[in-house]
Amino acid sequence: MTTMAQALNAALRDAMDGDERVVVFGEDVGALGGVFRVTDGLTAKFGEDRCFDTPLAEAGIVGFAVGMAMGGFRPVVEMQFDAFAYPAFEQIASHVAKTRNRTRGQVELPLVIRVPYAGGIGGVEHHCDSSESYYAHTPGLKVVTPASVEDAYSLLREAIDDPDPVVFLEPKKLYWSKSEVALPVRTEPFGRAAIRRPGADATLVAYGPAVPVAVEAARAAAEEGWDLEVVDLRTLVPFDDATVVASVRRTGRCVVVSEAAGFAGVGAEIAARVQERCFHSLEAPVLRVTGFDIPYPPPMLEHHHLPNVDRVLDALDRLQRDDVPDTRHLGGAA
Amino acid sequence: MDRSGAEALLPSAEPVRFLTDSGAAVRGRQRYAPPEPEVLRRAYRDMVVGRRFDAQATALTKQGRLAVYPSSHGQEACQVGAVLALDEGDWLFPTYRESMALVTRGIEPTEVLALLRGSAHCGYDPYRHHVAPQCTPLATQTVHAAGLAYAERRKGGDRVVLAFVGDGATSEGDFHEALNFAAVFKAPVVFLVQNNRYAISVPLERQTAAPSLAYKGVGYGVRSEQVDGNDPVAVLAVLAAAAEHARAGHGPFLVEAHTYRLESHTNADDASRYRSDAEAEQWRRRDPIARLEAYLRRRGHLSDEDIAAAARRAEEFAALVRERMNADPELAPMGLFEHVYGTPTPQLDEQRELLRTELEAEEALS
Repeated sequence: MTTMAQALNAALRDAMDGDERVVVFGEDVGALGGVFRVTDGLTAKFGEDRCFDTPLAEAGIVGFAVGMAMGGFRPVVEMQFDAFAYPAFEQIASHVAKTRNRTRGQVELPLVIRVPYAGGIGGVEHHCDSSESYYAHTPGLKVVTPASVEDAYSLLREAIDDPDPVVFLEPKKLYWSKSEVALPVRTEPFGRAAIRRPGADATLVAYGPAVPVAVEAARAAAEEGWDLEVVDLRTLVPFDDATVVASVRRTGRCVVVSEAAGFAGVGAEIAARVQERCFHSLEAPVLRVTGFDIPYPPPMLEHHHLPNVDRVLDALDRLQRDDVPDTRHLGGAA
Repeated sequence: MDRSGAEALLPSAEPVRFLTDSGAAVRGRQRYAPPEPEVLRRAYRDMVVGRRFDAQATALTKQGRLAVYPSSHGQEACQVGAVLALDEGDWLFPTYRESMALVTRGIEPTEVLALLRGSAHCGYDPYRHHVAPQCTPLATQTVHAAGLAYAERRKGGDRVVLAFVGDGATSEGDFHEALNFAAVFKAPVVFLVQNNRYAISVPLERQTAAPSLAYKGVGYGVRSEQVDGNDPVAVLAVLAAAAEHARAGHGPFLVEAHTYRLESHTNADDASRYRSDAEAEQWRRRDPIARLEAYLRRRGHLSDEDIAAAARRAEEFAALVRERMNADPELAPMGLFEHVYGTPTPQLDEQRELLRTELEAEEALS
């Protein structure tokens, strides 16, 4: 059995084996192998020049990667946790995302910023943020988040090979998820969503840490007679409109499941896109099941915040199967 | 680090000077080797041309040909010295105030001014000139400079990288992270702080309580120096030594050049609101061009004909800049979608079609 963390480690190892320009650096990625062990053994195998610890400074790490990428390397840097990547945000938004555009294609930045993200692991404050919207909202970045062991390997290899900068969001709670896959494995490329479960009655659109929740909810719904389709987006940028739209046009109903706060999030974007493209196929409003619009809660309270199977099933009940309008959100308009 | 090690990193107690304010040679032993007369003659010519270019760009801005122009009038010794102290293959990481330096490097002037004209974010090919895009966010490019310098060293080359920053940018975190990374990884970077005493309106006293900005190097283990930034001989001498230090594998070098921006921050700024004419007048008396001219003439390295030739060259260059900048730039709206990603996303393809339809409708109406 291979865990997601092991698959990511193997992807880094194979990429470094295949291309001397690939270098890995960040905080504690050397001797320790990263706090989640994703870089385990890389320094021992490839030496200090290929996988190295840096000063503890995220803007410095990302800015240094920009310079190394300009100089012909393919850096893969690790931000230790989601919220610790914020010091690097100016580098990411103003330079990583924009250098190709600024130089009209003359300077490419093939670099990967790995970010362990999202919650569900009992992490204390600043260790559980769902920060994908910040990146997905910034043109020039590709934003990737695997939900399976196979995708973890394949998408990371593709991210390292990509000529564009990739923010690679690793759902922390899935690091220890397992698969019997034999590595190396290749799955669909960037920009293709995957149907994790085919179904006819409604579409659940999810990504990253919310995918297992959606799959579990579909299983539970099946017992109630609902046949749900689950779409795993895999890459937020580029976004696979085609797969999502085809699914919703077929099922006529859609619930977006996302762990992040809902307001102005990726889930809102998905709901808007589905509504714009599937309006005449929809039998009910597109609903979202997301985290609350609150700062990520303390560990002992996080289960109240995280979208779970019950909340997804509750949303399904509001999809107007019996053509009874849901009045719950009409209070403010009355 | 022992005490002598730390002291070896410290800058001179006073800025290094080779010339007095009037251009006479400073007496006494110097810590740095003076530049060759031929380099100084070139520096003189490039400063005269650079100042004329700067005045021309300011004039074009008043005529509406540039969106904005941050002048470096008064900072000619730094702008030209930084370029001449390096080899052609060495990299520069400029800010938006380095137009004069980029012209000195040999980049075509409309390419230098594209950012400020508003026709493109970067008008030149960074790899062709070994010049990074002009950086607008403060100090962020210094970390790139450290990364690129480290990459060059890893590839086995002996290229040096020079990063420009101003006094205000030394307060930004990225400046400190860049010094630290460059030192830890022994990256061959010369950090040139042009301390022109104001960050737009905020005076140096509000940026730092340090004895001089050059003291910011020692905490990172970076060899540092301060220099009279209006003394072209000293600027060239110190920067050449700094580049040599980096090239020899000794790691980064921080240089603070004390200078003064004689114009406002940009054409949109009004310097009279935060500083006095008397202060600017004091700095006018330390004019780097006049000082070098007096010095070279006294030594017999510069003739009346040389001075006239430099002035002619400056006028010719200004005429060329006027001519090229008065022609409208070619704009390609459809190109807006081309370089967001290596391959456009399906969504960008859709948006490109929307713009194409709009442009065709406009065309049909005109």
